[in-house]
Amino acid sequence: MKVSLFATCLSDAFYPRVTEAMARLLARYGIRLDFPSAQTCCGQPAFNSGYWDEAKGAALQLIDAFADSDFVIAPSGSCIGMIHHHYPSLFKDDPAGLAKARALAEKSYEFTQFLVNVLDVKDVGAKFPHRVTYHPSCHGARLLGVKDEPLELLQHVHGLELLPLPFAEDCCGFGGTFSIKLSEVSAAMVTEKAEHVIDTQAEVLVGLDMGCLMNIGGRLRHQGTSIRVMHLAELLYEGVCRADGRI
Amino acid sequence: MGGFNPAVKLEERIRQALNDEFLRNAVKFTTGRLRSSKQQAAEQMGNWEEWRERGRQIRLHTIAHLDYYLNQFVQNLREAGGYVHFASTAQEAVEIAMQIMEEKQAKSVVKSKSMVSEELHLNDAMAAKGIEPVETDLGEYIIQLAGETPSHILAPAIHKNRQQIADLFSEIGGEKLPADTAVLAGFARSQLREKFLQADIGMTGCNFAIAESGSFVLFSNEGNARMCSTVPRTQITLMGMERIIPSWEDLEVMAAILPRAATGQKLTVYMSAINGPKRAADGDGPDELHVIILDNGRSQQLGDPEFQEVLNCIRCGACLNACPVYRHIGGHAYGWVYSGPIGAVLTPLLNEDQDQWGEVANASSLCGACYEACPVKIPLHDMLVYLRRRNVEAGRTDATERLGMKTYKVAVSSQRFYQLALKLGQFGQKPLARNGEITAKVGPLEAWNRLRVAPALAKKSFRDSWKELDMELQHELVELKPETKARMEAILRKRGNSHEN
Ligand code: SF4
Repeated sequence: MKVSLFATCLSDAFYPRVTEAMARLLARYGIRLDFPSAQTCCGQPAFNSGYWDEAKGAALQLIDAFADSDFVIAPSGSCIGMIHHHYPSLFKDDPAGLAKARALAEKSYEFTQFLVNVLDVKDVGAKFPHRVTYHPSCHGARLLGVKDEPLELLQHVHGLELLPLPFAEDCCGFGGTFSIKLSEVSAAMVTEKAEHVIDTQAEVLVGLDMGCLMNIGGRLRHQGTSIRVMHLAELLYEGVCRADGRI
Repeated sequence: MGGFNPAVKLEERIRQALNDEFLRNAVKFTTGRLRSSKQQAAEQMGNWEEWRERGRQIRLHTIAHLDYYLNQFVQNLREAGGYVHFASTAQEAVEIAMQIMEEKQAKSVVKSKSMVSEELHLNDAMAAKGIEPVETDLGEYIIQLAGETPSHILAPAIHKNRQQIADLFSEIGGEKLPADTAVLAGFARSQLREKFLQADIGMTGCNFAIAESGSFVLFSNEGNARMCSTVPRTQITLMGMERIIPSWEDLEVMAAILPRAATGQKLTVYMSAINGPKRAADGDGPDELHVIILDNGRSQQLGDPEFQEVLNCIRCGACLNACPVYRHIGGHAYGWVYSGPIGAVLTPLLNEDQDQWGEVANASSLCGACYEACPVKIPLHDMLVYLRRRNVEAGRTDATERLGMKTYKVAVSSQRFYQLALKLGQFGQKPLARNGEITAKVGPLEAWNRLRVAPALAKKSFRDSWKELDMELQHELVELKPETKARMEAILRKRGNSHEN
């Protein structure tokens, strides 16, 4: 059985610690992982901006990279959502491409989906004695339907106090190229999101997508707050190390 | 920011809206309220998802057989003595309406809420002929006084707060009115009562037209639609050609989901069904009833697999209330009659000039809140992407962006170029990056860094650290639990089977 890591370009290039935490966590369950280095990006920046030919370039590269994998796991609901929800329309006029795209979709999982639904793990045995708030990213929650899995994982972390985020389901305003094209609305959106995060008095903001976390975290940093911004994989892995007495 | 000014681009319209503190607070307040009422109503009703699916199926079926049901509706209404007119463009519809008004030598027309009337800019055409249009829906009345256009398909004056409305009414009434809802509504009522009695024509929109009986149904919360359709001798009703449903039974579903999605009400306060002009035995109703059925770009969506579903819209406004972009900019920034996510889709679809309107499809972060809110499950977030693709295909995007995307394609279509791009980036950012962050407002980071801090590329990418990590993990690897292994194998088998079938 070949279980492959899809780092996603964002975590590969900017946040390697996130993919690393995910890999270390999965390894604890005896999952032997591989990393096909032909992988690049899911194509979403181009797709969402209407550049489908360019998006196809990325999609084909990804499909090829994971051709022999049995399971593909990524620390992003957005990239996995792209594969599940949008690859079929990208290849709608290309039956061969469509079949391959469907095959990739079938084996692709967002990290918490894989952990909870495939490995059947809800309690990773982590200890994280902090006040935490959770931002459910739009694509993971709405396109992919990942809603309960992260909450289940968080609820089982020892010492963690989960604080409800007001207007949690509102988009943070990232939206990929949206944040550059219509930067002022995007800025208004992230400003409000950051205010809501601050209002919870949480010490840590956790999420499942580095795009959104980069956006909200970037705003929080700009405001000079000390709120830590973490991917759930990082939080869980750090919690496991703490429980093991390694930190 | 009253109406639409074609010289102002989307970005600038958005900037104006963002700078309007009154507007932003008013829109946030009301959409927030509508949203939570909707959520409560859906929860109380139970099985909301099934109701949505039912609503969707009804709309899908109707639109797939629109010619049939439209014909049935028209035949039945004609048999009942109504006059039916078809207008393929907005201009045609205006001409038809104006002709009826002139024939009746109308001096004043009382109107209940109609987005089609807004789409036609009918009030301007009437005013040009010296006919007084009187908006009788409270929200429409407010924006008519203010000389503006609606900024929400259901709550046209959502961008105004109570104080602004009190000031507006005080000016008209010549006395200082308090910012109290009851007083303000009472003032409007007293102003409008006379108008109803004097009007030569009553004009209405249409929520649903029922094919099996040739009737149409108006939803309202103020009772003004009922007044418009009973007091004046002549009635003109405007409807988009997609407003049809097959039967009264279908109306039951629509009457259950529309008000709940729109405002969280279990039922609309007034629901009037009109079966034709006044019959001998009727106590009230118009002597003459005209229905103008508008196409204006709608039929072009029929048969288009990407856009046909936009005709399923029942104009409830739920997608506007759910939209985080709308929440910050309100409706006028979208530039045309329809706003919010449905407006961002309809505006490019129903207007011909794409150089002008194509960009409206960009006014979304594609978060999908609109789809989730929509009681008939229209995939607006997908349609927005299709519209953007049209812009790209027609060469309507800017040269820098096109170049950027070309470069992107090269970088992501090959491992070698991707790794090269990473290396170049890591090297190029050196003078800017500090502690893993970039704060300088340069190049593409200019807008981003005005309010945020950007991350720097990691010194070592994941791919560059994989080999080491892999060795470490292999070293520590525990045994896969047999039950986990069995579960994974079962998943693989299931996949294999589904392929063979
Ligand atoms: S698109 Fe859906 S949510 Fe939006 S107005 Fe139409 S029916 Fe309502």
